[in-house]
Amino acid sequence: MGWIPYLLTTAWLLPLASFLIVSFFGRKLGFAGRGSAHVATGAIILSLTCSVIAAGLWLHFFPLSSSKEHASDLTGDAFACVSSQELKPEYTLAASRLASQSETSHSHAPEGDLTKFAKHANSPNEASFASFHVSHEQGLSENTAHFSVPTLAGTWWVFAEFGQLKLPIGYHIDALTILMMVMVTVIATCIHIYSWGYMAEELQGTVVDHEITRTDGIPPVVRPGRFHRYFQYLSLFSFSMLGLVLANNLFMVFVFWELVGICSYLLIGFYLERPAAVRAATKAFVVNRVGDFGMLVGIAAFWAATGTVTFTDDSQRPGLFTVAAQLKQFAAEEASAGLEAQGTHLMLPGGPQDPRSLTYFLLLLGGLGIFCGCVGKSAQFPLHVWLPDAMEGPTPVSALIHAATMVAAGVYLVGRFYPALPPEVLLIIAAVGTVSLFLAGTMALVAKDIKRVLAFSTVSQLGYMMFGLGIGGWVAGLFHLITHAFFKALLFLCAGSVIHATHTGDMTQLGGLLRKMPWTAVTMLVGCLAIIGAGIPPWGGLSGFYSKDAIFAQAYLLASHGGLLAKIFLSVAVLGAFLTGLYIFRLWFLTFVGPSRDPHHLEHAHESPAVMLAPMVALAILSVIAGWSVPLTGISIPGLLLQADSRPHTVMKSPLWPDWALPPEADSHAHEIHSPASWLAFCAGTLGVLTATIFYGLRWLDASLLARLFPILYRLLWNRWFIDWLYEKVIVSITLRLAQVVAWVDKKIIDAILDGAAGAVCTFAFAEDLFDRRVVDGAVNSIGHFAYRLGSEVRRVQTGFLRQYLAIVVASIIILFCLAQLL
Amino acid sequence: MISITVTHYHIVAIILFICGLYCMLTKRNLIGVLLGLELILNGANVNFVALGSPTLSGASPGLGLDGQLIALFVIVLAAAEVAVALGIVLSFYHLHGVVDVDEANELKG
Repeated sequence: MGWIPYLLTTAWLLPLASFLIVSFFGRKLGFAGRGSAHVATGAIILSLTCSVIAAGLWLHFFPLSSSKEHASDLTGDAFACVSSQELKPEYTLAASRLASQSETSHSHAPEGDLTKFAKHANSPNEASFASFHVSHEQGLSENTAHFSVPTLAGTWWVFAEFGQLKLPIGYHIDALTILMMVMVTVIATCIHIYSWGYMAEELQGTVVDHEITRTDGIPPVVRPGRFHRYFQYLSLFSFSMLGLVLANNLFMVFVFWELVGICSYLLIGFYLERPAAVRAATKAFVVNRVGDFGMLVGIAAFWAATGTVTFTDDSQRPGLFTVAAQLKQFAAEEASAGLEAQGTHLMLPGGPQDPRSLTYFLLLLGGLGIFCGCVGKSAQFPLHVWLPDAMEGPTPVSALIHAATMVAAGVYLVGRFYPALPPEVLLIIAAVGTVSLFLAGTMALVAKDIKRVLAFSTVSQLGYMMFGLGIGGWVAGLFHLITHAFFKALLFLCAGSVIHATHTGDMTQLGGLLRKMPWTAVTMLVGCLAIIGAGIPPWGGLSGFYSKDAIFAQAYLLASHGGLLAKIFLSVAVLGAFLTGLYIFRLWFLTFVGPSRDPHHLEHAHESPAVMLAPMVALAILSVIAGWSVPLTGISIPGLLLQADSRPHTVMKSPLWPDWALPPEADSHAHEIHSPASWLAFCAGTLGVLTATIFYGLRWLDASLLARLFPILYRLLWNRWFIDWLYEKVIVSITLRLAQVVAWVDKKIIDAILDGAAGAVCTFAFAEDLFDRRVVDGAVNSIGHFAYRLGSEVRRVQTGFLRQYLAIVVASIIILFCLAQLL
Repeated sequence: MISITVTHYHIVAIILFICGLYCMLTKRNLIGVLLGLELILNGANVNFVALGSPTLSGASPGLGLDGQLIALFVIVLAAAEVAVALGIVLSFYHLHGVVDVDEANELKG
């Protein structure tokens, strides 16, 4: 077991080593930097190996218990509300007290058969086998199960220490970490290998960029190939994402979060000669700044609320999650007690001045802030605008960004922070996810560029994940993250294959590629089927079927208990499933079947080389099987996620708004919930596919007819709901106007003041110089001159004639006497 | 009979002094200059002795040997000075072959 942190840390640091090697020696490695691809790919393959071995060790030491999966069956009426508990007025935030509470709850927690505790003596460094508890106060709720998640957490090195605040470099390993490490390295490996083929033209000494349209007469841009640079960024990207996954504290999360951001900036702007790419990269970066500002606020708020930045308990202090979970639990109890006693539930009993309610609001603020960062990274509704533009980067990079790294980081972080997120924040997450999945789904319907459709699809699917997480489907949301990573990477690689073959991504010029590129077409079909969640409800299907079903089941469970809001959520999700089927098969049909709209492209089309097809086939296989469990052992992705699920099996109720209550996820596995939800998703998806077949596959109806029939709707969708336009008009133009005003003030007023001041100083200096030269120097010089003159005059007296001297003496004495007599 | 007073001594001293001064101003020979110097010093000595004598000056009783003592000092100092000066004269003569003071102008500014 002690090996697992070492293995995963190695897996994390290998891409960094590759990055450094390629940075320093990239151009010298092989012809035009060909060797840098070998270095980077070798590093990521080693990382993958380490991660897989670590996963194997993990499963060996912490086998998945089957009892937890059926916890719902055993628990009976789980939807009963948490009964009001007696108040604990002496509750304080003092760390020592919390620590002692953790101690007692450790000893009192019914450990049962759910988790396996083990003390390992020879721990690496100061690693401690910390078992993460959602620990509640002692004797609190008998109906609350205490789930302990097996976790390996520890610190390699304390980066800095400011009083109580420690900024460590450490690791936090639970089943989610293991799963993410494996997923990221698998996808990154596939994309590294694929890039050998896709980026091959960068190997030439000079590359002519034909994408840049120039006006007549000006030759196209010619630049040196940047093969090594590409793999350098790719390695840094992998390193950043793995570091983010492995992080055990807010400080590390933020550092790697920003590293991921800068890598995406570098890669989106990889073709830096293209103005569109530069704009897109800048847009991605700036939009992410907006989110990251919220994230910084959130980090500060979490730190203020819990007094620590480390996730798990260590020997001295309780971890962030422990304290946050206690705060949440306490607020829920206070609220339910206050609801009965005072008829008010909008505030904790002490009112707004109560420091405890302040702490809870800090927790809310922290959760919102973290989610704000995730909205930026995961391209959710208000900040989704950067993702479609990010398609300017090389296609494998889009695959990496959309599947494993950048946008996955946001969803992962929400999942990681789940124990610390209060229900009110989850409501906002669910709402944002719902809006995103709907808006992006509709935008994808009219997009013409193959990659842009996939980009909108990503936003939509990320919306599903956020929605799933927000409505309490922690396992469902993260499960969808993993499966989506596989099929979205696959879809992007297939799109890249098409673009590589035809040099265009415009679907209005494609069509009929099925015969020319059978491998690409079939693997892409697998990806499309996976993304719509193809499968027959009672039996099963591709990976997307399971993950999407899990989200739908949770939504259905919520809707069956909750109010209007929950029903709206469910209906939008169903609508989203319909849209998914429609847009993704529109893409497939437009690209691969039907007559070619531009024979020129079809003529030159060719199947991609094997180095590109192999990762596609591998990802296609993974897209099919990712939802299944390993035969005989029962190991599956949701099983692993369940192991990492730290939530108690209770209804999570909002202290501020009791109508918002999240049922435990295990209840959604019940047949009467799961089955209708499954059929709902199936019908919606099938309807979408059928619609796409009618319009684009069989072309019984003309899609452009619809555009003509509903011009307003079409324009609305084509202009992406005018959100970009709105930002452009409102935020960008106001900012630009403001910048102009500021620039004017700067130039006209501040510069004038500065220039005037400088001029005055110059004049004064000139006058002072004159004074210095003429008066001061003049005085000094004239004194010196006078002394010199006097000396040279007096010098003549000294003739060397002794008798003359004597005569002078005598004469002088006589004169002196005479003078003395006269006076 | 004219009694001898301090003034007479003064006159003798002045004559001696003037003679010495004249000798110093006119002689180009270094030895002559030194001789003139001796005359000047002796003139001064005559003054010291005369002014120091209680008999002549009618000054206060007491031992009254101040003037004589100073005169003695001057004589001793003159002897020492002449010894040094004659040494200089000798070495000057070795260097230049003459003892002309007008030749001794090498140290002028």
